[in-house]
Amino acid sequence: MAQEMTERQDSLEAACWELLQEVKDPEIPVISMVEMGMIHKVTVKAGIARVEVLPTFVGCPALEIMKKNIGEKLTEKEGIDDVEVLFVYDPPWTSDRIQIDARGKLRSFGIAPPPLGIKPGDPWEVACPYCDSPYTQMENLFGPAACRSILYCRHCKNPFEALKPI
Amino acid sequence: MGDHLPVDTVEQAKQNREYAAALADLLFQLADDDFILAYRGSEWLGLAPHIEEDVAFSSMAQDMMGHAVMYYEMLEALGLGRADDIAQLREPSAMRNAILVERKNGSGEYSEDPHYDWAYAIVRSYVYGLHKQVRLEALQQSSFAPLAQVSRKMMTEHRYHLMHWQVWLKQLANSTPEARRRLEAAIGKVWQDAGELSDLGPNADAIVRSGLIAGEELLRQKWLDLVKEVFQTAGLSWPGEPGKAPERGRAGEHTAELAQALATLSEVYRIDPAASW
Repeated sequence: MAQEMTERQDSLEAACWELLQEVKDPEIPVISMVEMGMIHKVTVKAGIARVEVLPTFVGCPALEIMKKNIGEKLTEKEGIDDVEVLFVYDPPWTSDRIQIDARGKLRSFGIAPPPLGIKPGDPWEVACPYCDSPYTQMENLFGPAACRSILYCRHCKNPFEALKPI
Repeated sequence: MGDHLPVDTVEQAKQNREYAAALADLLFQLADDDFILAYRGSEWLGLAPHIEEDVAFSSMAQDMMGHAVMYYEMLEALGLGRADDIAQLREPSAMRNAILVERKNGSGEYSEDPHYDWAYAIVRSYVYGLHKQVRLEALQQSSFAPLAQVSRKMMTEHRYHLMHWQVWLKQLANSTPEARRRLEAAIGKVWQDAGELSDLGPNADAIVRSGLIAGEELLRQKWLDLVKEVFQTAGLSWPGEPGKAPERGRAGEHTAELAQALATLSEVYRIDPAASW
């Protein structure tokens, strides 16, 4: 009996992870919150799914939208009656958490992915997501969202955005 | 810093009265500093030197406001009221921000004939930002684990603010004689208030004893070292010992400029505090 319940929970949690793949980052619709490395933990108990989310930026105004989207998506699953979304800061989200496959998706969307393994004080060099040229220039450290900057490619003459390494 | 044992949760903090009180004192200072300066930053919207700067300044104000929210939510968890109420319904005498962050951006009003001082905005943000860096680094060793966790996170965001102000400071220092003159005047003005930043308020001893943050003298010295290095790199002369305003913001004494800021920022909220946002 106990074993059956655990199995059922495990399968519900797996289903949640599956469904969370469909919850996109509200500001970058090509990539899911799972791929962004923002989903830390999912537990299901007595029909209540508890999702721990790591915010990319503390004051991100999209957090409330994400919360709502997660709630709506997970309650689609039979056996999930309620969803609790918790924003947690341990471990802190870092740009290294973005999944490797997702980095290519970002590039195809015109956003340069952040360099891997960057340490505080390291220089941030950004290659153009369109032509891969390193001949780029920072236009504004602060872009349309807190997590992105605006750059310009001097080679292919395209403006583009880059996700800040943090 | 005191050698207080780690406190992992708010519930645990609440079990020790002195600890909880010291924690609340510190949180009010951290929250109010970021909140009021974020408000002053938001008053630049549409008035910054160019449109990219409008975006940048708003973005930094938004980050800072987000940091303030984290602290206000911790105060809520400590049982001191709803975070929104704590931020928007307190009287000026309950605010614990340093005087430096409440000063107006210049003469005039936002909606009426604003003659704001850009050099002052840059110097104030940068000098405050360097202090915030020292404070966040110290908080990473805090006995209150949730505070140590969020400070680590805020630091990664704050680094970009510092980079941005650094660029402006350099440019103003090396631009026209007028820019240079205004920059030096702004440094003089910021410096009159800056000494209060590392003040931990009337309950400093309890705060430090609780292991919540390093002592005032250490914070002050680390901050001064950073500012010295930055001014030197930009070729600016050292303004000497930082002063303090006659009012002590950390003890709830404030200028009329704060009362006006609070009245403006909370105007809509006060109409219906029960409304859901």
